[in-house]
Amino acid sequence: MDRLIELGPEFWQAALETLYMTSFALVLGGVLGLVIGIILYVTRPGGLVQNAFVSTIANLAVNFFRPIPFVIFMAVAQPFARAVVGVGIGTTAGAFIIGLAAAFAIGRIVEQHLVSVSPGVIEAARSMGAGPWRILFTVAIPESLGPLILGYTFIVVALIDMTAMAGLIGGGGLGAFAQIYGFRQFEPVVMWAAIVLIVVFVHFVQLLGTKLARRIMRR
Amino acid sequence: MPIVSLTNVSKAYPSRNPGDGEIVAVDDVTLEIEKGDVFGIIGYSGAGKSTLVRLINALEPATAGSILVDGVDITSLKESELRRIRGGIGMIFQQFNLFSSRSVKANIAYPLTLAGWKRAEIEARVTELLSFVGLSDKAKAYPEQLSGGQKQRVGIARALATGPAILLADEATSALDPQTTHEVLDLLKRVNKEQGVTIVVITHEMDVIQTIATKVAVMERGRVIEQGDVFDVFSAPQNPASQRFVGTVVKGIPSPAELAVLRERHQGRIVTFSFRDGDSSQAQVFLDLANAGLDFELVFGGINDIRGRAFGHLTLAIRGDGVAIDRALAGIGERVEVTEIAGEEAR
Repeated sequence: MDRLIELGPEFWQAALETLYMTSFALVLGGVLGLVIGIILYVTRPGGLVQNAFVSTIANLAVNFFRPIPFVIFMAVAQPFARAVVGVGIGTTAGAFIIGLAAAFAIGRIVEQHLVSVSPGVIEAARSMGAGPWRILFTVAIPESLGPLILGYTFIVVALIDMTAMAGLIGGGGLGAFAQIYGFRQFEPVVMWAAIVLIVVFVHFVQLLGTKLARRIMRR
Repeated sequence: MPIVSLTNVSKAYPSRNPGDGEIVAVDDVTLEIEKGDVFGIIGYSGAGKSTLVRLINALEPATAGSILVDGVDITSLKESELRRIRGGIGMIFQQFNLFSSRSVKANIAYPLTLAGWKRAEIEARVTELLSFVGLSDKAKAYPEQLSGGQKQRVGIARALATGPAILLADEATSALDPQTTHEVLDLLKRVNKEQGVTIVVITHEMDVIQTIATKVAVMERGRVIEQGDVFDVFSAPQNPASQRFVGTVVKGIPSPAELAVLRERHQGRIVTFSFRDGDSSQAQVFLDLANAGLDFELVFGGINDIRGRAFGHLTLAIRGDGVAIDRALAGIGERVEVTEIAGEEAR
């Protein structure tokens, strides 16, 4: 316990790093993933602007990057991170790479929820003379917004999980904190403090997501 | 000029198995829908009627033939032009297909926003439509809070929002109970009468056709096998499939199985008299039989009414002297159609 009090500044610093990485990755991965998901959805056979070529390329890309274990992905994406955010290690590089990795998973989640919008509702909009992009933004996305929010909530939890690994490239965060000061120094209290805070984060995010989705779905 | 006219229209899909050739959903259909008609298209599921109706608003492109809507051949139009045509054709669906993320009011406003109406105009139009379909108190409700009948009324209001000349109803009452079905059909009748909207009704229920349609086309395996005035098709269906459909709502000439049951239960000769609007009255037939000194009872059949015109088939068991019966039937046969299926006479 004394050790934890001693490590107070490092602890709060790590918490901030986790928050920073998670939100950075959520914004980046969320937007990229939304774009990927929309591309997958609209170009699929029978889709709003079906296009076999684009659909195949997009699916290949997602299926290629998504299965790469994150630990390896961090190493692979390092040169790219250096090119885009200027550095290959550290918190921002970690956040960038997490966002990148999450984008492919988010893309699939977005696609799945969009696909589950009733084809009849899409047809109704077509019968009123709506074009494909208008249908996407005024029908398909609003109709699946509740489940989409739940999907994003699920992803935030996965992002927090990934931030723990970002410690490997000097990203810091609560995961690294628990590893370095808790696990390796035989300080279970320190380790558990980090775990509890992560659980609190996850719980808070889940609560927020569920509440928002409930409100949108009115149930 | 008909408002919708299909000439030799076909719709074929490539089969899922490349070797199998094409699936022909609509096969060489020619029909004309006049302005103000309530045109019924009936057929079993898989007959191609849902595909046919989607050709009219070009949700599906035809693979052959020409489709004229209000004089414009829509088979040659570009997608952007088709969108404008679709805006002038309302459509309602079996599963209602309301936007669950929007309130009743926002559902009805959607096509108006698409058509570029101003906010104040939309507001006024939605209020008017809600009152027309009797849902003024549900403006703020969401679809899941409504009953099936209410949902379909919202669907109708939404389809009519932009004031289309044509309304396509794809199995619009098939998910509703009989009571609600009739409420919705009454509403569609009003849409036709009060707003002069031409309605195309797709259904597998002959009752719907009988209640609302003025013209009917019977579809089987992608083809229209019979079409005409509802009264004509109901009172004298020509095709076996049409006869089966008519048989679901009209008790016609008894089938062999029904005849066997009748023979078991009733004595005498089983004779069916078929009445059509304008023929001799039933009273005259009964009078003739009574005057011939014959004893008879009504054992099967009924009289139907289609928009004020009556027709039907009455099957009687007639007892008495054989010669007297023959003579009476010959006399009546000059005025109404008489059918007596030969068979062993019951004792």
